[in-house]
Amino acid sequence: MMKALHAVYRRELTSYFQTPLAYVFLAVFALTAPAFAFHVGRFFDTNRADLAPLFDYLPWLLVVLMPALAMRSWAEERDRGTLEFVMALPMPLWAATCGKFLAAWTVAAAALLLTFPMWIAVNYLGSPDNAAIATGYLGAILMAGGYLAVGQALSATTSNQVIAFVLGTAASFLLTMAGLPIVLAAVGEEAPVFVSEFIAGLSALEHYNGFRFGVISLPDLVYFVGLIAAALSCAGLLIADRRGGGR
Amino acid sequence: MLVADSLVKQFGSFKAVEGVSFTLERGEVLGFLGPNGAGKSTTMRMLAGCLEPDQGTARIAGYDCVHDRLEAQARLGYLPEGAPAYQAMTPRSFVAFGLRARGFGGSALKRAIDLALERARLGDMADRPIGTLSKGYKRRAALAAAIAHDPAVLILDEPTDGLDPNQKDGVRNLIREMAPEKAIIISTHILEEVPAVCSRAIVIAGGRLLFDGTPHDLAHTTESRSVETAFREMTRAVEHRS
Repeated sequence: MMKALHAVYRRELTSYFQTPLAYVFLAVFALTAPAFAFHVGRFFDTNRADLAPLFDYLPWLLVVLMPALAMRSWAEERDRGTLEFVMALPMPLWAATCGKFLAAWTVAAAALLLTFPMWIAVNYLGSPDNAAIATGYLGAILMAGGYLAVGQALSATTSNQVIAFVLGTAASFLLTMAGLPIVLAAVGEEAPVFVSEFIAGLSALEHYNGFRFGVISLPDLVYFVGLIAAALSCAGLLIADRRGGGR
Repeated sequence: MLVADSLVKQFGSFKAVEGVSFTLERGEVLGFLGPNGAGKSTTMRMLAGCLEPDQGTARIAGYDCVHDRLEAQARLGYLPEGAPAYQAMTPRSFVAFGLRARGFGGSALKRAIDLALERARLGDMADRPIGTLSKGYKRRAALAAAIAHDPAVLILDEPTDGLDPNQKDGVRNLIREMAPEKAIIISTHILEEVPAVCSRAIVIAGGRLLFDGTPHDLAHTTESRSVETAFREMTRAVEHRS
């Protein structure tokens, strides 16, 4: 079954680069991530040798760009009719969902790698804690994985890529916002504490913050790995349900 | 080799297939005939493991298409309706993808790709993006992917739709060439294809099986001894009833 997973991974990764999608995505990411850090995060004004201005704004970039990468995963297969070809292949659907996810995650990792000039810059200008920076990147790639998996699950609900993108962005936005005071205030002060804590616990931003400050904690790792596993399972179940034909 | 046993499939309140049963052995080429919406593609999708029947069972080489789906699909080549294929891929890479997903690798992979492309007569088009090819070549690319792993059972949903007369002849020759070693089902609207290629014919309409026999017997159900007339008379009667 690993051969089937590898076949899907290879096809998906190649297909990103056979169309302008991957190039546009990588270019946009490579330009906007530093732009946020320089102009919004005031990279040079902080007088600190770290990548905090980059990591502070990265989640908001991922909220938009990860659904753009994931939107085609199943919606395009459904629209073009190639889902029929995939479903007739003797491979379990988990191999297809994981293959698609890993290919998109590879492109996301390549995009994060393109921020390396900023890492070189802070090392040239000062003596940053490179272990903390590496932890920040680990958090960013896990968060990207979580949003990609959610995006893939939502892509399985429709044959329209634009709808998949809008749903993916909305879901990623809600996941990011969940722990912010504005959302918790909206839930209401009268709400039981465990409800507020539960909503805050769903927040990707809360779990990302640990990594942002150079701390790797087991609950944060479990959150992102769990989010990826749960969303990919949903994607697999949604596609498998199509064999029922609306039964 | 292939068994459809009392297959039933319903979409909402619409009964697409109502109790279709037949068997197919190695060496047989079965023409699956019926008007649009008769239940041909739904039956084929159930046999290919893409759709689960509400009732009844489908088996390929003894393997249940639902409970032993992977084993059944490993022995099956399927050309879906409309011959879908990835537009940005070349026929060569498309065939390679299907084979890799089936576990092919190394020299066996290369041999299987070359043979499939040659049998589907893709020629110089094998290395051009599928999206830039004519309808006929697109269909041949999908056909190459369906036959590449040398399956025991082939299910081809309208394999000659949209092809020019020479291309149709090429596909019919390919089916005849493969027929002795395989059990093959082809669905078609081109009734002249039935006596030319098929050793057996099934007529289906309104989700029900109306005829199962040789093309000769089908033609002899009418005075005109014509497959076309027999098909029209059978299916019109069902359409009028519904």
